[in-house]
Amino acid sequence: MTLLETKNLTRAFGGVVAVNNVDFQCEKGEVTGLIGPNGAGKTTFFNDITGLDKPTCGRVIFDGEDITGLPPYRIARKGIARTFQNIRLFKELTVIENVLIGLHFKLGGNPRFVAGMRSFLFMGKEREEMVERAYRALDFLGMSDKANELAKNLPYGHQRELEIARALASDPKLIFLDEPAAGMNPNETASLVGLIRRIKDKGISIVLIEHDMKLVMTICDSIVVLNYGNKIASGTPEQVRSNPLVIRAYLGGEGND
Amino acid sequence: MNFVLLILIYTCLFSFMALGQNVITGYGGMLSLCQAGFYAIGSYSVAILTTKFSFGFWPALLVGVAVAVVVGILIGLPTLRLKGDYLAIATLGLGEIIRNVINNWQSLTNGPMGIQRIPMLSFFGYRINPYLNKAGFLLMLVVILTICALLVLRLSKTRIGRALEAVREDELAALSAGINSTVYKVLAFSIGAALASIGGGFYSVLTLSISPGTYTFMMSVIVLCMVVLGGMGNVLGVFLGALIIQIISYLPELLNLTNLIPPQLKEMLFGIILVVMMIFRPEGILGRSKRHKFERGGV
Repeated sequence: MTLLETKNLTRAFGGVVAVNNVDFQCEKGEVTGLIGPNGAGKTTFFNDITGLDKPTCGRVIFDGEDITGLPPYRIARKGIARTFQNIRLFKELTVIENVLIGLHFKLGGNPRFVAGMRSFLFMGKEREEMVERAYRALDFLGMSDKANELAKNLPYGHQRELEIARALASDPKLIFLDEPAAGMNPNETASLVGLIRRIKDKGISIVLIEHDMKLVMTICDSIVVLNYGNKIASGTPEQVRSNPLVIRAYLGGEGND
Repeated sequence: MNFVLLILIYTCLFSFMALGQNVITGYGGMLSLCQAGFYAIGSYSVAILTTKFSFGFWPALLVGVAVAVVVGILIGLPTLRLKGDYLAIATLGLGEIIRNVINNWQSLTNGPMGIQRIPMLSFFGYRINPYLNKAGFLLMLVVILTICALLVLRLSKTRIGRALEAVREDELAALSAGINSTVYKVLAFSIGAALASIGGGFYSVLTLSISPGTYTFMMSVIVLCMVVLGGMGNVLGVFLGALIIQIISYLPELLNLTNLIPPQLKEMLFGIILVVMMIFRPEGILGRSKRHKFERGGV
C-alpha cells in the first residue's frame, strides 16, 4: 500500500529546476532510498514534501490526503517527521527537552490552547505522562542516561541520534532521514543500520537520503535515483545498481561507454 | 530616604518592562525595541480613562493591558516574520509611531501638553499618595511585580515556554516538529506588551501627570540593556539589571555630587558597561537560568 506519493512534483528557483516532474512512491512499512549525486535535488525534494519549501507545481499525497503546500507544522502533525542534513537541535535545551518538543503536539489535547493553559495552571499531571514518553523514545536510542545534559554538549554521533529520537517521539507514520550517516565512522554507521531496522520493525516507514552506497544497498527495499532534478531510475537495489543511467550519473561520461 | 525609595519605585516600573523584554528576547530570541511604546499605552490608558471617563484605576489598568495586547498581536502578526536586526528596526518604528500618535491625537491625549491631575490610586480601599507614602507605593509594586515574575517563571517551565525556547533555538526544526512558531512568537510579544503596559499604568499614578516626552526610544534601549546586563532568560537577572541601571542613572544625585559629575556621565557609563559586558560576560551577570531536571516517574 502506498503511504506517500508525489505526482509531477516540480520546484524551480527562477530558471534553475531543482526538482523536475518527479513521481515518487513510498510503500507502507518499507525503507525507500533516495540517492543521487551532489546537487541532484534530494534535499529540496524533502523540503517540498515536509513543507519547509513550497513546490512550484505537482502534488504530494500522504495517506490518501493531499498535503501539498501545507505549513510544516501541519504536515508534522499528520505524521511525517524528519531529521536534517546539518544537525538542527535545540542546543541550549537539554536532551529530554528536545524530545519533549518532538511530542509537543501529541499530548496537546483539543483545543490546544486550552491544553496549554491547563498545563500553565496545573503543571503536574500531563507532564509525568509526557516525560515518560520522552524517556521511552530515549530508551529506544539507548541515551536515557544523558537525558538532562545540554544537547550542545553531546558528541556528534549522539547529536544525530538525538535528532532521530526527537523525530520518533511523536510516533510518526513516516520518517525522513537526510544523510543520517554523514560524518559517522564505520562503527557508528553499523549501529545506524541496526537502528534503521528497529525503526522499520516498529512499523514506521522510512525515506532515506544517503551517500553511503553500502548502507543504502543493505537496508533499502526500493531506491529512487535523482540526477539534475530528474528521476532517472527506480526499483530494487539490484535493479538500480545495474542501471546504466545510474552508473553514468555517478561516474560521469557522455555515452562513450 | 525618600530619594532611595523613588529609585526603587522606578526600578520596579522598569522591571515590568524588562520582565516583558525578557519574555520576548530572553525566551523568544526576538530583538524587540518597543517596550517604551507599550509602557506609553499603559500610561495613557490609565490617564485618559481615569480623568475623562471617570474609571477607577484598576479597571483602567485592565483596559490598558488589553489595548497593549491587541496592539501587540496586530503588529506582531506581520512583523514577527522578520528576524534579528530587521525586527529591531520594525519594532523601533512601532515604538516611535505610538509616541507620535499620542503626541498628535490632541482631542484624546491632549498632545504635547500631556495629561495632568490623574487621580491617585487606592489599593483595597486604601488610598496611596505617591508623594507622602512612597513606601506604601513601593510595597504594592513589589507585590504585583512578584506575582508577575512568578507567572513568567512558571510560563518558562511549562510546554508553552519550552516551545518558545525551541523556536528561538531553531525555528525550522521547531516547525518540523509540529510547532506553529507564529503563535508562540506573537504570544511572547503580547505577554511582553502586557507587562510593559502594567508598568506604564503605575507610572501614571506615581507622577499623576504625564507627557509624551517620557516614552522615547532611549527608554526601550535602556530596558534592553537591563536584560542584557542581568542575564537573558533569567528573571532574577532582570531585576538585578534594572536595579544596577537605575542606580547608575541616579549616581550623581545619590552621591550628592551633582555639581561635580555632569549628567552625561550616565550615558558614558552605560556605554562602558555594555562594551565590557559584551567582551567579558556576554551571557549577562547571572547568565541563563539552569534547566529543569526531568527524572523518570514524575517530578
